[in-house]
Amino acid sequence: MTDIYLDNNATTKVDPAVVDVMIPYFLEQYGNPSSIHKFADGVARGLKQARQQVQALIGCEHDSEIIFTSCGTESNSTAILSAIKAQPNKKEIITTMVEHPAILSLCDYLEKEGYTIHRMPVDKAGRLNLESYKKLLSDEVAIVSVMWANNETGTIFPVAEMAALANAAGVMFHTDAVQAVGKIPMMLQDTKIDMLSLSGHKLHAPKGIGVLYLRRGTRYRPLLRGGHQERGRRAGTENSASIVGLGKACELALEYIEYENTKVKAMRDRLERGITEEIPHCFVTGDMYNRLPNTTDIAFEYIEGESILMLLNKAGIAASSGSACTSGSLEPSHVMRAMDIPYTAAHGTIRFSFSRYNSMAEVDEVLKVMPGIVATLRKLSPYWDGNGPVADPEKAFAPTYA
Amino acid sequence: MWDYSDKVKEHFFNPKNAGAVIDANATGEVGSISCGDALRLTLKVDDDSEVILEAGFQTFGCGSAIASSSVLTEIIKGMTLDEALKVTNQDIADQLEGLPPEKMHCSVMGREALQAAIANYRGEEWKDDHEEGALICKCFAIDAVMIEEMVWANKLRTVEDVTNFTKAGGGCASCHEDIEAILEKVLAEKGEKFDPNAAPVAQPAKVTAAKAPLTNLQRIKKIEEVLESLRPALLADGGDVELVEVIGNTAYVNMTGACNGCQMAAMTIGGIQQRLMEVMGEFIKVVPASEMSKLVNIEAVS
Repeated sequence: MTDIYLDNNATTKVDPAVVDVMIPYFLEQYGNPSSIHKFADGVARGLKQARQQVQALIGCEHDSEIIFTSCGTESNSTAILSAIKAQPNKKEIITTMVEHPAILSLCDYLEKEGYTIHRMPVDKAGRLNLESYKKLLSDEVAIVSVMWANNETGTIFPVAEMAALANAAGVMFHTDAVQAVGKIPMMLQDTKIDMLSLSGHKLHAPKGIGVLYLRRGTRYRPLLRGGHQERGRRAGTENSASIVGLGKACELALEYIEYENTKVKAMRDRLERGITEEIPHCFVTGDMYNRLPNTTDIAFEYIEGESILMLLNKAGIAASSGSACTSGSLEPSHVMRAMDIPYTAAHGTIRFSFSRYNSMAEVDEVLKVMPGIVATLRKLSPYWDGNGPVADPEKAFAPTYA
Repeated sequence: MWDYSDKVKEHFFNPKNAGAVIDANATGEVGSISCGDALRLTLKVDDDSEVILEAGFQTFGCGSAIASSSVLTEIIKGMTLDEALKVTNQDIADQLEGLPPEKMHCSVMGREALQAAIANYRGEEWKDDHEEGALICKCFAIDAVMIEEMVWANKLRTVEDVTNFTKAGGGCASCHEDIEAILEKVLAEKGEKFDPNAAPVAQPAKVTAAKAPLTNLQRIKKIEEVLESLRPALLADGGDVELVEVIGNTAYVNMTGACNGCQMAAMTIGGIQQRLMEVMGEFIKVVPASEMSKLVNIEAVS
C-alpha cells in the first residue's frame, strides 16, 4: 500500500487541475499584470476570473470584496491591525482561547502594547458560551475575531450568530475560516461577517496564497502600502499563478463540497468508530455533533502523541498530534488545555484529517495497524499494567516533576 | 518533525529493557514539567557489590524520551552504583549520537531517574536541583529560567549582557526579541526600565588585568580555571572542552561531544578566546589541538 496522507488540516496536495491552470502564468503570461503588452494582457482576465471563483465559494456579494494576500496569517494580521488602526480609540479585542497562533500571538503582542484581550474559554467539548460573549461586547471593543472551525478538533463555532450580535453592538467581526472554507457551505452575503481569512493550501491550492474577504463599506487600513494592486488595499505585485490556481481550487471545492460532507465524512466516521470500538481507553475530543466533516481528534490515554506518530509514520501513515513534543516548542496543545482534557490524555491526542483524495481502503489500513501501535506504547507506559491502566493511575505513578 | 539520529530511532523502535524489573530493589520516578514526559526506572542491585544487575524502564513520553530511557538502561547495567552516579545526561545524549536542543531535557530526565533510583536504594530522599523553563536560545539550548536567574544575579541589563553571561542569543540571534522580553519583565520587577542602549555591565569572571606578565605556570593555571568556568555552558549544549597544551600565548584545546565537528565549534572557540583575553588581560590565541601536529612537525624539521 502506498503512503496514506491523513494530515489535510495541516496542508493539502495541490490538485493536478490547479497545477495545469497555473503553468501558463509561469511560462507564457508571466508579464506583470500592471504592464501593457502581450505578456501581461491575459493576466488581468485570469485574476478577475479567480476573484469570481473565490466569490462563488464563499458567497459574498461583490468580487471586489476579495483581497489576495500571501497566506492565512497575513490575512489575519491585516484584519486585526486594520480594525485597531481604523478605530484608535477602541482598546479591546475579543477572541477565544483556542484560536490559531496566527491570532493568539498577535493578540499577545497587542496586549503588551496596552490592548485588553478577552480570550473566551471553551467547555470540555470545545464550545463557547454565547451569554458571556454578549456581555463582553461594548463600545470599547475594536474587533471580535473568532475562528469558524478549530484546526485541531474541527469544532465549528456559531460565527454567523456571533457576527450578528457584534453588528448589533456596533463591533467589527472577523473570522479565521482557514479550516472551514471548502469544507462547509457558506454564504457570506447573508451574514454580518465583516472580514474573513482563508488560505489556499488548505483546499488543494498551493502554499503562499491567501485571501482576506473585506465586506464593502468596512473601515479598512492596509497592512502593506505601496502600489495600486488590490485597489491599494494590499500592495505588492500579484502572485498571478497562485491566484489563478486558488481560483481553480475554489471552483473545485464548490463542486466537491457535497462529496466532502458525505463521502469524506463517511471515511472519517468509519475510522473514528473503528478506533474507538477497537481500542480501549481512547475518546474523541471536541464537539462530536458540530464538527468539520473531515476531522477527528482522538485522545489515546496513557501514551504520548509523538511516539504514536513515529510508529504511524513507520507504517506509512501521516497524521498529527496535539502533544507537547511535536509542536517545536514544548507547550502542550493550548486547545487541549482549554478543553480541560486530563494531562495523561492530552499528550496522546492524534488528529486524522481527510480530503477527497483519501479512500475507504486507507481507512481500513489505519484500522489494521492502530491497535498494535497503541498496545506497543502502552506496554512501555508506567500508567499501564497488562491489559488496562494501573489502578488509580495518578497515585500509582506520581513522579517528582522537575 | 525532529531530526532524530539513527541511534535514537533504533532505541525507539526496538527499545532495550522495557518494562519493570521483577524483584527490583531500587526505583526512581521523575517527570519533566516542560513537556509532561515521565519515567520510572527500576533496578536490581546486588547488595554486596552494589553492581546493577538489571535495569528496566517504563516511560510516558516522546520518541527521544523512550530512546533516552532505553539507552540509559544499557549504559548502567553492570556498573556499580558509584560508577552509575557519574553518568551524565551528556553521556546519554552521546550514546544516542546527539539529541535536538529542544530534546536535551529527555536525557536530563534519564539522569535524574537514575539518581532518584540510587537514592531510593540507599534510603535517601532525592531532590531535584534545577528548574527548567521554556527554551529561548535554540543555538545554545538556554532556557528562560536560566536567563532570568542570571539577569537577577548579575544585574544584567541588555541582550549583549545576557549573551556574555549565558551564551543565549550568541548564535543566530533570532531569540533577541524573547530575551528583551525577559529583560523587560525582570527589570520591571526590580523597578527599572529596559533600555536597549544601556552600557554593558561588567564582563563575567573579569579580573583586573595582571600588571606583571604571567609566568607560564600561572598562565596555564589561569587558562584551566577559565575553561572550567565555561564547561557548564558547553555541557548544556552537548559539548565539552579540554586543554591539551599551552605554548607561549597559544592554547591548544580539544572540542569534544557535540562541539566536535559542530558548525558552531569555530564560533565557540572564538568565544573561549574572547573570554580568556578578558580574564587574563593579555592576548591569547585558542587553536584546536588538531592544529598542533602541524606545529610539532615544523619544529621537528627545523
